[in-house]
Order: sequence, then C-alpha cells, then structure tokens
Amino acid sequence: MNFDELFGHLGQHTVDGLAKGSIYALVALGYTLVYGVLKLINFAHSEVFMIGTFAVLGVWNLLGADGTQGVAMTLLLLAAGLLGGALASGATAVAVERVAYRRLRQLNAPPLIFLITAIGISMVLSETFGIWQGRLVVGMPTLIKQKVAFTIFGTEVTNTQLITIVAALVMMFALDQFINRTRYGRGVRAVAQNPDAAALMGVNKDRVIMLIFLLGGLLAGAAALLYSVRYGNTRFNVGFLLGLKAFTAAVLGGIGNLRGALLGGLLLGVVEVYAATLTQSNWEDVAAFVVLVVVLLFRPTGLLGESLGRARA
Amino acid sequence: MTETPNEGRLSGVSNFFAGVGNRWRGLPKWQRGIGFLAFVAFLYYLPLLGVPGLTWLRTDSIEGGNNWAGVLFTCAVYVLIALGLNVVIGLAGLLDLGYVGFFAIGAYAVAIFGSTQSPVVKSLQDKFDLAPEWAITWAICIPIAIALAMISGVILGWPTLRLRGDYLAIVTLGFGEIIRIVIRNSTNWSGGPAGIASIPGPQGAPSADNHIFGLIDAKPWYWLALSIVLLVVFLVRRLENSRVGRSWLAVREDEDAAAVMGVNPFKFKMWAFAIGAALGGLSGFLFASRQGFIEPNQFNANLSILFVAMVVVGGSGNMAGAALGAVLLAYLPERFRDFSEYRFLVFGLALVLVMLLRPQGLLPSKRRARELKDRQEEVAVGA
Repeated sequence: MNFDELFGHLGQHTVDGLAKGSIYALVALGYTLVYGVLKLINFAHSEVFMIGTFAVLGVWNLLGADGTQGVAMTLLLLAAGLLGGALASGATAVAVERVAYRRLRQLNAPPLIFLITAIGISMVLSETFGIWQGRLVVGMPTLIKQKVAFTIFGTEVTNTQLITIVAALVMMFALDQFINRTRYGRGVRAVAQNPDAAALMGVNKDRVIMLIFLLGGLLAGAAALLYSVRYGNTRFNVGFLLGLKAFTAAVLGGIGNLRGALLGGLLLGVVEVYAATLTQSNWEDVAAFVVLVVVLLFRPTGLLGESLGRARA
Repeated sequence: MTETPNEGRLSGVSNFFAGVGNRWRGLPKWQRGIGFLAFVAFLYYLPLLGVPGLTWLRTDSIEGGNNWAGVLFTCAVYVLIALGLNVVIGLAGLLDLGYVGFFAIGAYAVAIFGSTQSPVVKSLQDKFDLAPEWAITWAICIPIAIALAMISGVILGWPTLRLRGDYLAIVTLGFGEIIRIVIRNSTNWSGGPAGIASIPGPQGAPSADNHIFGLIDAKPWYWLALSIVLLVVFLVRRLENSRVGRSWLAVREDEDAAAVMGVNPFKFKMWAFAIGAALGGLSGFLFASRQGFIEPNQFNANLSILFVAMVVVGGSGNMAGAALGAVLLAYLPERFRDFSEYRFLVFGLALVLVMLLRPQGLLPSKRRARELKDRQEEVAVGA
C-alpha cells in the first residue's frame, strides 16, 4: 500500500480520476437513459462505445492526422472525430434497437432474454472488429501533446484532462437541459414514468425509445473521442471493461438518474485512480467491482435514487 | 387470439424434435431403457469411432485436426459445465455470467494443492519437512475443489441473490473477473500470471510412467469424464423431480407466489447457486487435471459467455438441450477448423438468433417453452 504516493499527490490523482470519471459518466448516461425508460441493461452499449473509438480513428486516418498539424487543423480533427464517432455510435445504438430489442418488446420477452440477446450482440460487434481490425491494440495519432494547462493549489492540470472534464460537463449539461426542457425530453420522461399512459396521450413510444438509444449512442461517441484523445489507442474489446465500469458508475449514482450518472462516473474514476495508486495498478479493476457489489448491497437505488421519470418533479 | 409471430419460423425444427420426443415417450419402458443403454454404449465407443460412413465426424479426419479423444474429452467437460449452469439458469432461472469463476476455482484447487510446483505445496513441504515429491493426492483434491467452489458460490450468492435478475447477472460477471484478477495478482499462492504446471491426474503428477492417464492418450480421460457426466445427469435428474426441483420451478415462474406458498426463494436460489458452483468446480478440476498446466488467462469472461450460450442455445431447463448446446459449441469449432477464428462471432450470432427466433432453445424443456408462450399470449390478448 503506497499511501505516501497517494497523499503526497492527492490533488494530482483526484484530477486524474475526475478526467477518467468524465468518460465513464458519458458512457454511463447511455446505460441510464435506456434503463430509465425500458428497465433494460443495454449490455451492447459497451460495443457502441468501441465502434465510436474506431470511427474516430478512421476519420483521423482519413484526414491524415499525424500529430504534427497546427492548431486550426487540430481543432478541425477534433470536430471531425466528434462528428464521426458520435454518428457511428449513434447509428449502431439505433440499429441494435431496431434489429433486436424492438422485436423482443413485441414478444413481451422476459428481461433475461433481453440481456442474453444484448450479450450476443455485444459479442458479435466486438468479434467483428476483432477479425476486421486485428486483436492487438491499435495506436492512434497523438493529437494533443500533454502539457500543463494551469496549476491550482499546487496541482497541475494538463490540457487533455481539462478538455475531457470540461467537454463531459458541457455535454452532460446539454443533455440535462434537453430532457428537462424540450418537447422530446418531456416525451422521454413521460414514457419513463408510465409507458402505457404516455402512449394513450399520443406519445409515440417507439420513437421515444429510438431517441434515447440515439442520445446514448451520441454521448458514447463523444466519450469515444475523449478516450481517443486521452489514451491514444483502442482495441476490439476496449468496450468490455469500460462498459462494465460505466454501468457500475450508473448504478452507483442511481441508474435511471442523469445527474446520478455524472456523480457516479466522477466518483468511480477517482476511486479507481486512488486504488491504482495504492496498489501499483494491480487491483484497479477489482475496485470498480467491489464498489458495484457494495452499492447494490447497501443502497441498490444508488446515491441519488433511480428515476428518469422524476428527473424534474 | 392472434397467432403469435413466433410460430411458423423454425417450425420444421420444432415439429421434428417434438415428433421424435413424442414417439420416444410413447415407447414402452423397456424399449426406452434399451435405447438409452445403446446410446450410452455408443458414447463410450465414440473415441474408437471407425464405422465406415461416420469417420468424417472425427476431428482428426481433417488436416491439422486435434486428437479426436482429446476433443471428446473437452466436449464432456463442457457438457458437465452446461449441466451445472443449467441448474442455475434453466432450473432456478438465475442468469450467472461469472460461471468461469467457479470453473477457475476448481481448476486452481487441484493445481494449488495437488501440484508439486505450487507455492502452497512448496511452503507446506518446507514447514513440515516433507519430500519434494509430496503433494496432496489427486483423489483428495476432488472434494477440496468441489467444496471451495461451493463455498465461493455461497459467498457470492449470499449478498447478490437478493438482487433483481439483471443486477445479479452484472455482479456475477464482475465476480468472474475478480477471481481471474485475484489469481493473476496473487503470485505468492497461485503462481500469478505464470500459472502452475505439473498438475496431477489420477495416477499422480504427469510423467512418462503414467500409462493410463497420460498426456498422449486421451481416451481414458474421456471415459472418466463421460462417467462423471452420466453420474451427474442421474443426480440432477433426481434433484429436478424432488422437492427442491419443484421449488426451483415455483420460484422461477413467480417468486412472489412461491414465497406466499411457503417456499423461501432465497434459500432455494442459494441451493441452485451452490450446486451449480460445485459442478463448475468439478469440471474445472477435470479440465486442469487433463491439461497439466493452467494460467489465469485461460479463464476470461468470454468463456463465461460461451457457457451461457451453450445452455441457452441448447435449451435451458432441459438437460439434453444444454448438453446438446455444449457439444455443438465445443465440437463444431474443432471439426471445422477453418472457421475457428470466427467461432466467437458465430456463437454471438447464434445467441442472438436463438433469442429472437426460438427463445426456448433448440431442444427446449416443455415447461419453459410454455412459460415463454404464455407471456407472448398475454401481449396478444392485451393488444
């Protein structure tokens, strides 16, 4: 247990954890949205994220990113990557809904059948990329060179950490506003509260469900861009662990609760970085699972309680 | 009542299986007995398979194919796993995505206590001044493996079985990974990432003197595994038709109703979990004994999902179905080596297609098929 390292650089590790947690939070939103409306764990969401990273890589390769471009070009690459990743992930999420879940809903299948189908889809998607892109880690061009952006209370915050955290917060805020203030958001909340009553009131249930899958996919694509910028590599099974942790984050904050996903994501990121620091990364992954089990045991509704329907009272 | 959309698709398969099943059940008891004995005899004869016209089944009939008896052994181990997981998924209706954890515990039990190279055995030798060849006998490792797996099943089940079904699935998935990571990180007792070698078989540590359970000839291993499978089939069948089996059925179909009628859901779920874990441990034990060497990466989460696929594709709740699924998923990639790169892709596809088109599995249990149909009809009536 390396307590000296942890407490000596507590601020540093916290910022690192927040940056990591921001990515979890964005992916967690996808789980939470779908769960809030359908009461379904969309196991294939991790692969939606994975496809996002490959789309980002594809866009960057297409535009000839090599890490030596100027500021304008970097911004363009980031924007193009965001667009490409979000579109690919969003399209994947919607396609999964159309191909698999809609039919199962029509059949009124029990929840476990949904889950097993989702596992199957997840396997198909990740294996497709494993066969197509190879099973090794695929490197990406380093778009933004890490350097210290500013120092606060003796804690150095690097530019990529800053971008990750700020971007995640902005998107989270946008989603929150969308769900709480727009017509579509009202539809989502209505279906989450009571699908049948919402349908009677003229809400198109299938369209709302498609919308939440699309939103979750877009956010996963954005998370894929941030991940690519921060880690600079991807792999066909990159989604598995990350998805599991994002799900943990969603449960931790209260699945079905948008603000809970943010809180859970950030918290989990920090916990993980602390655990990694204490144990030389050996037990980093175990920490997340332990958190998951403990939360489910003592507070299965998560920290903020689970409710998309009551997102705004 | 409208016709459910599921009918019509794959109905040829259904009709075929239903027809065979009905005809089988219609036979007099002694004829069924003879049929069953003949089938068992055929299973024992399989590794020697040389009937003209059937030799193409052998995996060594293709270029670079694996040893036929070895493949059969793998199939038998997978069938054992499927039988154990079938108790959890099919009978009790709990989705366990961390079954590989129990498999790993069973495998590591024989490795840690039975191998002369394991850190635990070495430290015991030092402590009690034992000969360097000393290790715990293979036969004694069997109960150790089963007990350890069962205990870990109870430890996992105690907090998690109160959770909703889909949460349980995710937590068990995490459990499988935790086991693997713990084994990988604990160099001081599990050998860490390097694994443990010279795991004993029934005749002791692997050496050239082992004439029956050696490394080369896999036939005795297959016969051993097959005998265990048959024993387990018998035991689980007895269990299915017992009070415990009926309680599982009740809990699976309607937990609240079962609780009202005096069946304690938690208790019986725990039993299913423990029995499933024990069988997982036993299969891991067999696997490790035959392999002679194991390492943590052999027990990754993909394997758990493969196990679930075996049970679900074959037909959860029905032992014959689960066994069929296991044989298919273990045998086909070996026989058709060209596709082995695609095997997980195909398994995933099979999983999705079966769930969408035939959620009760290829060889369903009658009862499960009816449960699913009931739900569909509820919608049809409501719509």
